[in-house]
Amino acid sequence: MRKKRNWWTFTVLPLYAFTLIFVAGPLVYMIALSFASNREGYGVIWRFTAENYKRLLDPLYLGTFAQSLKLAFSSTAAIMLLGYPFGYFMAKLSSKWKKRMMLFLTIPFWVNSLIRLYGWIIILQTKGTLNGVLLNLGLIEKPLKLLYSYPAVLTGMIYTLLPFMILSVYSSAEKLDWSLIEAARDLGANAVQTFFTITLKLTFPGLLSGMILTFIPSMGLFFIADILGGNKIVLVGSLIQDQMTRGSNWPFAAALAVVLTVLTTLIIYIYRRVTHTSELEGLY
Amino acid sequence: MEDNVLELIGIKKHFQDVEVLEGIDLTIKRGEFITLLGASGCGKTTTLRIIAGLESPDEGRVLLEGQDVTDLAPNQRDVNTVFQNYALFPHMNVADNIGYGLKLKKVPKREIREKVSSMLSLVQLEGYEKRRPSELSGGQRQRVAIARALVNNPKILLLDEPLGALDLQLRRAMQLELKRLQKKLGITFIYITHDQEEAINMSDRIVVMNQGICEQIGTADEIYNHPRTSYVAVFVGNANIISGQVDHLAGDQAVVDTCGGKALVNTDGVRLQPKEQVTLAVRSEHIELDENCGCGMKGQIAEKNYVGGMHRIVIALPDGSRLVSSRCGMDSQIEVGQEICFRWNSSHGVLVDRG
Repeated sequence: MRKKRNWWTFTVLPLYAFTLIFVAGPLVYMIALSFASNREGYGVIWRFTAENYKRLLDPLYLGTFAQSLKLAFSSTAAIMLLGYPFGYFMAKLSSKWKKRMMLFLTIPFWVNSLIRLYGWIIILQTKGTLNGVLLNLGLIEKPLKLLYSYPAVLTGMIYTLLPFMILSVYSSAEKLDWSLIEAARDLGANAVQTFFTITLKLTFPGLLSGMILTFIPSMGLFFIADILGGNKIVLVGSLIQDQMTRGSNWPFAAALAVVLTVLTTLIIYIYRRVTHTSELEGLY
Repeated sequence: MEDNVLELIGIKKHFQDVEVLEGIDLTIKRGEFITLLGASGCGKTTTLRIIAGLESPDEGRVLLEGQDVTDLAPNQRDVNTVFQNYALFPHMNVADNIGYGLKLKKVPKREIREKVSSMLSLVQLEGYEKRRPSELSGGQRQRVAIARALVNNPKILLLDEPLGALDLQLRRAMQLELKRLQKKLGITFIYITHDQEEAINMSDRIVVMNQGICEQIGTADEIYNHPRTSYVAVFVGNANIISGQVDHLAGDQAVVDTCGGKALVNTDGVRLQPKEQVTLAVRSEHIELDENCGCGMKGQIAEKNYVGGMHRIVIALPDGSRLVSSRCGMDSQIEVGQEICFRWNSSHGVLVDRG
């Protein structure tokens, strides 16, 4: 028995090694980097300083964090409202249609997301498709300035992250036993009461993992804001990228990244505490 | 007070191209224990779902205490269901499951707690309030499902093969307990099963269903001893079906010419004409074998085997049809292939399928 256990410990060792090298290692390195000093031009000086974190308190950067949080919350909320019913009703389809819907959902993944986002530029630009349609329908008289705005970035976020919510809710809703809903109706619950006491409760793990799967990326996806927001919408993700490359301030970029990570983890922790969900689908 | 708690009038229902119910008429009295009996696919579950409001009929009306509830949603009917798979809410404990209906009716919390605990003692599950359905055995889940439905004091309790998943011993015990509960509470039970023994044990009246119609409605005795159709005779009584022609009438008895010989049946007030084609049903335990061939009909022993404590003897008739005779404590001298005579008491031959 004992021998067997040793053997098993041995076989999972590579997994631990992998996690250590590729997850914990970079994280520790990033934290260390965030306390180092910047060297003008290129690289870092390994001298301890809290200067990078102090610099974060500048209203400019705090504003960026606020902007990012606002976008992350509003895109998560919008994705939830769109994705939940979609995923739920998809689970109710016949197996033939389920397969088709699954295909429709996965086809976009075959094309690089950057290229798909450039597609949105064609739709949203001043002389673009959407304005053309609206002008022809006579709904507007002058083309609207749609691109490089908050709604444009929000649209991009929703577009990119919606499938994750749909699939996550779908997997939860597909396991839902329909007779439970009939039982609730039979015991006197109307459709709304049934939804809140049974359906939502039992599909909540899927909804929550969908929320986390959309919230975390929407805090960090800088290229959506870059492509559809121009220089008008600056998010933490774009800021980190900017500091890492053009600004060439690695320690400050690391400090931003550490705060972003801590903030995201904290928000997920609160989500879970508030909703008392101990088990998530596919996560943790 | 209206005496009929439920009336089904001309209920028809089809799914895709299949006619599941072809006109069901049924009147159920208050406080009755009624069983819908039939093979799977006969439409009994659909009938139950239509009463519950989980399915709506294509045609026909459902009257609950004289009021038309055909178009009402399930939550607007004073009817509760015990589902086949119990359908307990997995995210709630036993007390919350049972109190679910009361909570929706905004019953005060203290009253809910009292009613839940009295229900739990009624189904003999005291102290199980905090358990989750996943921590219960099949029999216990069953009791919780019954308590959850009964706590709402429905006008009718619908039970969809509730004992199907339990083992034989537990099933027998639960049959008695359900009957006890029903007597104690005086609530009308509509019970679904495909098990004729279960139906006979528990019911005040049995509705035998076959392919979307009611074959016969009656007490266990009527269904078992006086089946009206060959389907009922075979399904409920495992009877043999023999066809023949009326030879002559003698008072309230008729002599029927069958391929095995002449058989005597009681007419039970049915008016028969000589030369008329008739169908007889005789249960296997009523077929007596006579090795000395003094009288009655003739056949050949085709099979002989033991079933439980019984002998099951298959007799082949001259036209190739087969009869089954089963008797306990049989002499075992009978050999396969032997010619044999058999007969039955005239009161045990029942005329069936008379339009």
